[in-house]
Amino acid sequence: MSVHLRAEGLACSAGKRVVLRDVRLDVREGETIGIVGPNGCGKSTLLRVLAGLRNPSVGHVHVGGVRLHGLGARQRARKVALVAQEQDLPPDLLAWEVVALGLTPYRSPWNGVGPRERAAVADALAQVALADLADRPVNQLSGGERRRVLLARGLVQRTPLLLLDEPTNHLDVRHQLDLMQLVRRLGRTVVLALHDLTLATATCDRVLVLHEGRALPLAPPGEALTPGVVGAVFGVDATPIRHPVTGDTHLLITPLRPECTP
Amino acid sequence: MDAPRGRRRLRAPLAFFLVTLALLASLVLSTAFGAEPLSPATVIDVLVGRVTGGPVADLAYDTIVWQLRVPRALLAALVGAGLALAGAGMQTLVRNPLADPYLLGVSSGASVGATAVITSGLFAGAGALTLSGGALIGALGAAVLVFVIATAQGGLTPLRLVLTGTVLGSAFSAVASYLVFRSSDPAAAQSVLFWLLGSLAGAEWYQLAIPAITVGAVAAAMLAGSGWLDALATGSDTAASVGVPVRAVRVGLFVLLAILVGVLVAVSGGIGFVGLVVPHAARLLVGARHRVLLPAAAMCGALFLLWVDVVTRILVPPTEIPLSVVSGLIGAPAFLVLLGRRRYRFGGEG
Repeated sequence: MSVHLRAEGLACSAGKRVVLRDVRLDVREGETIGIVGPNGCGKSTLLRVLAGLRNPSVGHVHVGGVRLHGLGARQRARKVALVAQEQDLPPDLLAWEVVALGLTPYRSPWNGVGPRERAAVADALAQVALADLADRPVNQLSGGERRRVLLARGLVQRTPLLLLDEPTNHLDVRHQLDLMQLVRRLGRTVVLALHDLTLATATCDRVLVLHEGRALPLAPPGEALTPGVVGAVFGVDATPIRHPVTGDTHLLITPLRPECTP
Repeated sequence: MDAPRGRRRLRAPLAFFLVTLALLASLVLSTAFGAEPLSPATVIDVLVGRVTGGPVADLAYDTIVWQLRVPRALLAALVGAGLALAGAGMQTLVRNPLADPYLLGVSSGASVGATAVITSGLFAGAGALTLSGGALIGALGAAVLVFVIATAQGGLTPLRLVLTGTVLGSAFSAVASYLVFRSSDPAAAQSVLFWLLGSLAGAEWYQLAIPAITVGAVAAAMLAGSGWLDALATGSDTAASVGVPVRAVRVGLFVLLAILVGVLVAVSGGIGFVGLVVPHAARLLVGARHRVLLPAAAMCGALFLLWVDVVTRILVPPTEIPLSVVSGLIGAPAFLVLLGRRRYRFGGEG
């Protein structure tokens, strides 16, 4: 259950400010793509455009060869799910009720939540290790648990393309790694915005660096996040080192040393 | 964080069973109260006689119960159910726990229409039907104006609706006040005030059809879209992401609420607190999913207004006091009790 995602020449502006310009990406089926960039670089906007929630001023998004912005809301929601950043949920909803929202594109009017839907919801909650908290009101969950409930809402939507905006926010280190492992196991095409460069390096197939609304070419982490790029885009010094046990590459981030400032 | 607690919510089927029982019992019992108190046995005699087509026991009792009190009790239940539905819908539309059915300026618009009818003397000539007609026209006119202005300024987003509705509501109230002051009829102010505070006095069988059809149709439409409303309550991005056509659903909900509230205001005037408090009470009872919330709110609203109406009849006999006076006296403390409950957050974090 994965799909090919292609976007070309995407541009987007808010009033007179150009948020994105000429962004292109071509994501193969089943790939996990990380979008990184400093605050305000347009990550969330790009995800909203890729999810079909916002129209680009120029350009197209194709999901499995179909133009996304030409689809009706229901059809679109069966192809793409977006789990946005922290949002204020109605506090008296229970965790399973939030997850069940993901079934909306498959429900017909009048029909309630039947046994098959309940099983799907329970399965999604189990995937994010929250099976025990299904009947807990969301305002009694911790920030990290709420993030995982929202992720389960995205999972239950059964879309071949899954978009996640900062899914690891509020998660402790173990749950960050668990979440990335889960995302990789899904067998779906996943695009996620991340702050943590090391996490992006360790877990994404390819990385898209966004800088002032422009995208650098999609490339494997080692090529996308070179010390030169990280220095220019984030204004920090990055030193790649090899993990002595696993052999993975990690980035050591330190403040930019004055003599190295270009 | 709070310690883990079990579900304190009543299981929905049980809650519905109890509320239905209470509602049916109240419909019968409430007809025993009034200027002429009757015993429940008399009431039941009359009702059984009417329903089975048996002999009429006592013509006077029959008239009081069947011609005066039963239609009034049914109208109270209908208006209460409609206001609670409208309140729940409005709170979802503008994502604000303080929203009530009159938020969109509909009631102030209705008061302009009703005031115009009363002060122009049409009321004295043609009676209650013109008053309802004037109120309905005023209500729908106000809704159209709010809709057009909010849409022209960027769409029916929650904050914009709240602000546009509130501002236009104040403007309509000013117009209504102006009409009252300009009028030479000293009784007009009294009539307007009484109408604004809501009353079901003089309800007759023929008046039930339009509110019954409206409340039924709007309830059915809202229930059919209950999945969409759930998603909308969590925010427009989530709703759009799970396939809700957000703009269309907002417009549809706005139109339904405007018609519903317009019709209710036209038959009963403005009745405070029902649409604000009852949806919150229903949420505590059965949870926030619209599929169970809407029926629960409607039934609780019917139950609430039924007894409020009884109190207006028996508190200062033989005078009837306006509904808003009683619903406010009961509703405000009830709201404060809800506020004080730690578990219920009114849509906002602690």
